[in-house]
Amino acid sequence: MSFELDRIGLIHSNGQAQGQRALRAVSISAARGERLAIIGPSGAGKTTLLRILATSIRPTEGRVSVLGTNPWQLSSRELRRLRSGVGFIHQAPPIPPRQRVITAVIAGRLGQWPWWKSALSLIYPADIAGPREQLARLDLADRLFDRCDRLSGGQLQRVGVARVLYQRPDLLLADEPVSAMDPALADLTVGQLHAEAQSRGVTLVASLHAVDIALRWFPRVIGLKAGELVFDLPPAKVSESVLRDLYASETGVLPSQDNQPFHASFEGYATDDTPGGSGQVPLAPPRVI
Amino acid sequence: MLLALLVLWPLMQIAEFRPSDLFDARNLEVMGGFLGQFFPPNMSGDFLAYALKATIETLAMATAGIALAMLLALPLGLVLTHSLSVSRIGPGSGRGAGEAVRAAARATLLILRGIPELVWALLLVRAFGLGPAAGVLAIALTYGGMLGKVYSEILESGDTRPARVLLESGSGRLMAFFYGLLPGAGQELASYTIYRWECAVRASVIMGFVGAGGLGQLMDQSMKMLNGGEVSTILIIFLLLVLLADALSVFLRKLLA
Repeated sequence: MSFELDRIGLIHSNGQAQGQRALRAVSISAARGERLAIIGPSGAGKTTLLRILATSIRPTEGRVSVLGTNPWQLSSRELRRLRSGVGFIHQAPPIPPRQRVITAVIAGRLGQWPWWKSALSLIYPADIAGPREQLARLDLADRLFDRCDRLSGGQLQRVGVARVLYQRPDLLLADEPVSAMDPALADLTVGQLHAEAQSRGVTLVASLHAVDIALRWFPRVIGLKAGELVFDLPPAKVSESVLRDLYASETGVLPSQDNQPFHASFEGYATDDTPGGSGQVPLAPPRVI
Repeated sequence: MLLALLVLWPLMQIAEFRPSDLFDARNLEVMGGFLGQFFPPNMSGDFLAYALKATIETLAMATAGIALAMLLALPLGLVLTHSLSVSRIGPGSGRGAGEAVRAAARATLLILRGIPELVWALLLVRAFGLGPAAGVLAIALTYGGMLGKVYSEILESGDTRPARVLLESGSGRLMAFFYGLLPGAGQELASYTIYRWECAVRASVIMGFVGAGGLGQLMDQSMKMLNGGEVSTILIIFLLLVLLADALSVFLRKLLA
């Protein structure tokens, strides 16, 4: 079992949203190697759900198990080790603008390296080939020694992805990982996330704004609305009427990659392969819809 | 305006502030004589050699004091910084202990900077005797308290997400600081430290008056002998030192940019 959420609920305890309910009785579990997409209108609780899986917030109700343990019963040393095995790709890459790309990527291993190795890497990177390899997968190898404030939004987002790929986590979480990329790069990036999950047999959970990417790439699609689980289906069963219900409160147009009207009637769904990941990555070309 | 005068007048009386004294004939004569000696400044080789030795002593006192202050301030400042707290994420276990350590660090910094460096110097001169050692420690204690507080405020005021995200992926606190906060805050931390060094130069001069050596002690002697030429030479050296601090700050900011 890669993770298990049992009737999770969350009521914000501080900040602007104090007292507001973000999640209600959500139960999801995934075996190792599964690949899940989370879709739903903005404010549905997608990010909150991912952050609970990342052990960065603690649910107020229900039981969490991540990589086989309850993170909130661990000692701080064990929790730190667990966290170093969970990778989280943020929508806005949390990288200081003055940092060089290679340093930003190396930061993915801080939880695994001894402190002296991390400290020396500030002066001279202890590993150059590794970060270069991860950046090359995302078509960014030539920016290895650039400063991050020289990059565009989409490039910076890919640096954030490269950092988490370099971390080699056992649970790969992604919050809107391709929101700042054009369709071709978005497909390249999502494809690399799938390749990583399949080649190492790790679990991938991604929240996505673009419904078409979710349906095309992921063998399991989860619909979330107003903090509640609406459906948990293979993409072939996600019909247009199901999607219309999910996004009922929005403008009536289903959100897709390039904000074109989207119709959930195309072939090329992700195939539901067995957990463990022997199935092929559906390498569909970027669809122009 | 009238109200202000009505309120201020009794206060000035209490403070024995009598502007007429300034224009009293005898006082004017003494002051005038003293100020008249300011020009020309005393540039004799003998005195300049003294002044140079005192300047080096002052600079050494300020620099050693600030270095020790940083040793004190960095760990305390990092402990105080909320965005580097692991137990606040979640919140997880050990949050109570974390808050207790932070409260202790805050109290330590408060005591250190709450006592003025001059008072520390007077206390430490009793322990170490006359000389720069007392001044160095006095600067280290007071300025350690100030630096620690301001360091944590600078770290807290920038973008703290990078550090938090690193902590969430298992990084240690110190590395979260180096990789997540320092790139954004380094310039400001450095220029604040240089500014404090400049303040320490001035403070070490003042502490010279209570016997901690350096330019202050030299100035104290010149003042007591009403030797205006020597005093003006020392004042010129002060100005040069402040200019030096300014140039150093600009240089460091460029280096870090």
